[in-house]
Order: sequence, then structure tokens, then C-alpha cells
Amino acid sequence: MVCAWLVVQLRSNAPAGERDLIPSVPDDRSLLVAVRSDYSLSQLEVLEAESIHIMREVAAEFERPVLLFSGGKDSIVMLALAERAFWPARIPFPVMHVDTGHNFPEVIDYRDRRVAEIGVKLVVASVQDSIDAGRVAEETGRRASRNRLQTTTLLDAIEENRFDAVFGGGRRDEEKARAKERVFSFRDEFGQWDPKNQRPELWSIYNTRIRIGEHIRVFPLSNWTELDVWQYIAREKLEIPSIYYAHQRRVFERDGILLAESEFTHPADDEQVFEATVRYRTVGDIPVTGAVESSATTVSDVIAEIAATRITERGQTRADDRASEASMEDRKREGYF
Amino acid sequence: MTATAYDVLAPEGSRPMDILRLATAGSVDDGKSTLIGRLLYDSKAIFEDQLAAVEQTSRARGEEYTNLALLTDGLRAEREQGITIDVAYRYFATPRRKFIIADTPGHIQYTRNMVTGASTADLAIVLVDARNGLTEQSRRHAFLTTLLRVPHLVLAVNKMDLVDYDQRVFERISEEFAAFAAKLEIGDLSFIPISALHGDNVVQRSEKMPWHDGTSLLHHLEHVHIASDRNLIDVRFPVQYVIRPHQATDPALHDYRGYAGQVAGGVLKPGDEVMHLPSGLTTRIARIDTARGPVPEAYSPMSVTLVLEDDLDVSRGDMICRPHNQPMASQDVEGMVCWMSDTKPLAARDRLVVKHTSRTVKAIVRDLQYRLDVNTLHRDENADRLGLNEVGRVSLRLTQPLFFDPYNRNRQTGGLILIDEATNATVGAVMITEGR
Repeated sequence: MVCAWLVVQLRSNAPAGERDLIPSVPDDRSLLVAVRSDYSLSQLEVLEAESIHIMREVAAEFERPVLLFSGGKDSIVMLALAERAFWPARIPFPVMHVDTGHNFPEVIDYRDRRVAEIGVKLVVASVQDSIDAGRVAEETGRRASRNRLQTTTLLDAIEENRFDAVFGGGRRDEEKARAKERVFSFRDEFGQWDPKNQRPELWSIYNTRIRIGEHIRVFPLSNWTELDVWQYIAREKLEIPSIYYAHQRRVFERDGILLAESEFTHPADDEQVFEATVRYRTVGDIPVTGAVESSATTVSDVIAEIAATRITERGQTRADDRASEASMEDRKREGYF
Repeated sequence: MTATAYDVLAPEGSRPMDILRLATAGSVDDGKSTLIGRLLYDSKAIFEDQLAAVEQTSRARGEEYTNLALLTDGLRAEREQGITIDVAYRYFATPRRKFIIADTPGHIQYTRNMVTGASTADLAIVLVDARNGLTEQSRRHAFLTTLLRVPHLVLAVNKMDLVDYDQRVFERISEEFAAFAAKLEIGDLSFIPISALHGDNVVQRSEKMPWHDGTSLLHHLEHVHIASDRNLIDVRFPVQYVIRPHQATDPALHDYRGYAGQVAGGVLKPGDEVMHLPSGLTTRIARIDTARGPVPEAYSPMSVTLVLEDDLDVSRGDMICRPHNQPMASQDVEGMVCWMSDTKPLAARDRLVVKHTSRTVKAIVRDLQYRLDVNTLHRDENADRLGLNEVGRVSLRLTQPLFFDPYNRNRQTGGLILIDEATNATVGAVMITEGR
């Protein structure tokens, strides 16, 4: 409030002709970013500034960027950052969802609502279409999932739309192969990542040069942690899909993970379905995304839970990462998110 | 001034949590991974499932202890070879600070990756094995750290347990390092004796080394003052992107024209007289916008949008500064180069692409003045080329002027990267010393 008072004083003391040089204080909300007298910034402010810089760099240097938007919390934060980076203009690129068809309906509702609200173009790349076109074959068996098939759908959509920069919500704290990746991560004409030969990346100067057919994956949330994402959701009062909060759901346990009963999951005879109070810590396909038992109904409940947890989010909730120690690295090499 | 109730980790009424970026240099043998593992473990940033996976792998390989290096070596090739090839970023937080660790490789063949990690670091930890003392590698790491102007350096003398926590060993290594460091320009140098394996002086002060009158490593990391490492004097605003809403979110913004960028130096305020480069025209800042509303001042590293009073022709790659405090503007720059191409050497007459702040220009290498031996600091003035990971002094002639400061005055406006036009690879990093 000192700051608002000061501005008001400055304005009223200034000569009439210079009064407009001093900005007025539009509302209380702007005080949230009022600077501190010692020129310090909080960790969220530093992370936000870095992400916005990255997004503007892409918009300035690439012809056809696209932002991957799944309706999960990381892509929600990424989309909010894009809004802030280009305000008061609209986001100057489309968003794309790689749709496995095995989605939580709450998340698809959220996606459509959010896209309409911002007025951004949505490209849906469908794994079902890739299957129908014979580009990929559906996995069979009780543990079948479309997780790995997404890579082909994603790469085909990048090629078809001639996207040259693809924003992903990956964070380096998520997984050890991701901890190694650059912010601007080069992909060759096959969409492949070569982890042993990454471009050096100094300061905040990003090499954006590519040849036709190649692209760059850009990770604006590289330095964010799971807790940073939740704190930002709280600070910015971002709406998130309801499944991130505690709710009643019919689930069964497989390999220590609670999977939802659904038309896409097939519990075996010894996998008892029961009702539990759960929430989702990550959001992916129904067949590979585990729920956690929780009574957290607000963002601050969730933050308290995450601050106290002793298990990583992917370890707790993703069946797809448990295949082998290098499964993420292998999928990333092929062009996965 | 402003409540930071959103920073839930920070205790009530305390200062907001800030970020310290630190780089660790050393090899597995120096106990670097053990040290990082210890910091992560003691600050509860290692999770049970990660530890279980590491224990399982260690057992499967027949190792007698849990190999914490497996936590940081994230690539298959790294785990197979037992070395760090590329930077891994790790995150932990205490109630005072969020820490970003760039865990960088120690081997000379991966110097370019170490340079990547050090370029953004506020602080570097150079690890030395107490039994071996200073090695060629530790001198090289210290040199590269100062070349990249990491403002704070900690020499951590590790494995003190293996030399009976002997004060004389620590002092001998510290003195030797101080003598070497005198040849370098190090802003802030600290020495800490530790045992990463046993946790001595890592998080808690060690009872086994009562003779050490300094703090523990973590205490140092939490309290080292970094806010004044930024340049808050010379106003530098490289224009990154011009915001002109064709379809404004609000019709009143039809004539809006804002210059977006990240502040690289100084403090900008509405009403300030500013100069636009390259035109040399002056105007005033009408407003400093963010999506949350205008702000009364902007400083590094804030990303903001400037609205100017007069309608100037401003585009990406231009610079906004103060009329009486301008950066150098020149088509000739000189600086120290770290060469990073594994396919071609650097030599006079080479043509390269330069990216500096938001400006991309072409360059020709005028002259390679000398090659610097990163181990001995000897200058070889007869060198006519630089190979992978070699450092030298170079002068470049550019197709258009850059607006820059010496790197030791501003890391944002004093650094540039070199790109090979044929392969698009990033092949060099230059720390500008001067222009002509």
C-alpha cells in the first residue's frame, strides 16, 4: 500500500503537464507486481520472467510455432504464460492436443472451454486417425495403452502442419533424461533427440537455426519444479480440471498404482475394483495415469500435500515410466514429448 | 512492500524466496555426485522411489554401497561409462532459497557442456580431493568459472575424512589455490573443508573440524549475497519482440505499440528519458506494462513491455538505453572465445553467424590473437587455430554493429554465441572484452 500511496502523492504533486508521466494505480491487482525497494524478485517472478523471455524468442524467430496443450497442469501454466508474454495482443500461435482418445472427459471439457475463452486456434492430432490410416498398430492385451503411439501422431502432425517450433510443458525435475535436456532442444528430420550431441546453450541466448524439416522442442518450464507449478496456479488463481482435486472414483490397483475403472482399462479377475477418495497428481491417458488417495479439495491443500510427499509425481502416477530405467530417454530419442 | 503470501515455503513475514543458480565442477572421483546427492538428500529433494531405483541398480551391478552418481547421471551412456557427459539440472529448496544445480562434467572433452552450465551460474563449487590436492582439472575448472564470470566461487576440499580431518592439509590446498587464484579475477572466493560421504560441513557444521571457523556449505549457499551481482546501473533493454495487437483483446488498444524484452541492466522507470539505438533518437518511457498491469520500475531479470512517448521506428535487435550511459556500438569486437565445434577448428577468415542479445548478424574472424592454455594460463601467440574446447582471444568484424558492454560489466550484453552457417551448430561462445 505504501507504493500506491507514493504514486498517488507523486501524481498530485507533479506539475499539471507532467502528471500523466506518472502511471496511475489501476487496481489492487497490479500491486501484486509492485516492485520491492531492494530490487529483489521472488522465485516465481524470476521463473515467469525467464519463461516469457523464451516464448517471445520463439515468436520472434520461428515461422510456425505451436504450443502443446493437453489440459494438464503444466500445459495450463504454459498457456497462461503465453497469454502474459504477448498481452495485450493475442497468443500469436495455435495450440495442439495429441488426442489418444483415452482422455478424462473433465480434461477435454476444460481444454475446449479454455481454448474458446482465449480465442486461440486448436489443432487436434488424433491417435485414432493414425491407427485408422495404418501408421501405427494398436497394442493388444490387458495392459495396452496408446502412450507410445502418440509419438508417431505428434511427428506426423508437426510435419503436416510444418511446425518449426513446438512448445512442451516438460520440466527438468520430472525425470532424469529430462534433467539433461536443453531449453531449445534440436530435433532432426526424423524428430529424433540426440542426447549425446546437444547444442551448447549459454546464458539466455538461444540458437534457433534449423533446416527445413527439422524442428526445435522448446521447454519454457525447464527450471520449474512441481511445487513451483502449483504455487503459480495458486498465485495466478488459474482454473484447473476438477480431477486434480479430491473426488470419489471407482479404481483398482495394478503394480502399486491406482487406475480408474473405465472403458479403456481392463482389470483382471484378481484386480478388485473399489471406491476411493482420490485426486490426480498428473494427467495423461486413463490407462497409464494413476490416482493418489487424497482429501485435498483446494490448491493450498494440494500444495501442502506435495510439499510433504516423499515420492516423485511420475513414480507415483505413471505406469508408462516404469518399463525400464531408460524408458523416458528411449521415448524421447524417438521424438516423444 | 508487497505481500508474498504465495511463497508458501518462505516463513511468514520473511523476505521472499529467491533463486541461486549454482554449478558444480569436478569428476565422479572427487565426490561431486556424492556431494550433490547429500545436498539433495538432506534437503529432502530425493524421493523414496528415486532412491529405491538407485539402490536396486547399485545392487544389480554388484556395488557395495548405494551409488548416488546414478541419481545425477541421467543418460544411458553416462550410466554405462560411469561419467558425466552433459549438464544435468537438479532442484532443491530450503525455506530461504530455491537452488538450481547445474551438475557439469569434469572431463576436458566435455568442457563445452561445463561452459553451458557455468554461463548462468551465480556460484560455482570446485571440488578437490583432499588426498590429491589441486590437479590440472581443478585449475581448469576454476579458470573456466572465472572466464564465464561466475561471481562467487567455493573451493570445497572434499574427503577430509580420509586425511583425518587434518587442518594442515586443508590449509596447504587452500593456500595453493589462493596463489593460483591471484592470477584470475575472482570476485568472491570461499574455502570449505568437507566430507560429502559423511556429511561433514555440508549441511551442518562438523564437530570433527572445530578448527574451521567458516560456515557449512549449505549455510554459505543460503546466505551468499547475490542481489547486487546484477548490473543495476547501466540501463540496457534489448528489444526482443514488438507487440502490436492486430486483434486487440480490448478495442481501445488498437493503436497499442509496445516493445517487449527482458531487462539486461539498470533500472527503468516511467518518465525516464531513453535513447534508441541504432537511431540515437531520444524519447521518454510512457509506461512499463506487464499482463498484470503497469509497474513503477523494471530491472533485471524482469520481462516487461515498454510503451514509449514518441512514435519511433523500433524493432527486434535494437537497444534502449539512457542518453548519457550508452553501450558500445561497433562492428568490431574483441573477446575471449571458447571454441566448441568437434568438426572444424576456428581460424582467421572463418565466416560465422553471431547471436548477441536479440540481434543476429554475420561475422568474419579477423584475427586469432592467441591461444590460452587453460591449465597453465600460458598464451601461445603463434597459434593459428583453436580446436574443440580450446580458449583464445579473437577479434571479429561484423556486418552490422552490436550494442554491447564488456562481459565483466554485464554478462547479458557482454556475451555472444557463434553459429556455423552450414550446420547451424553452436560452435563458440565469446566473452567480449572491448570494441573498437
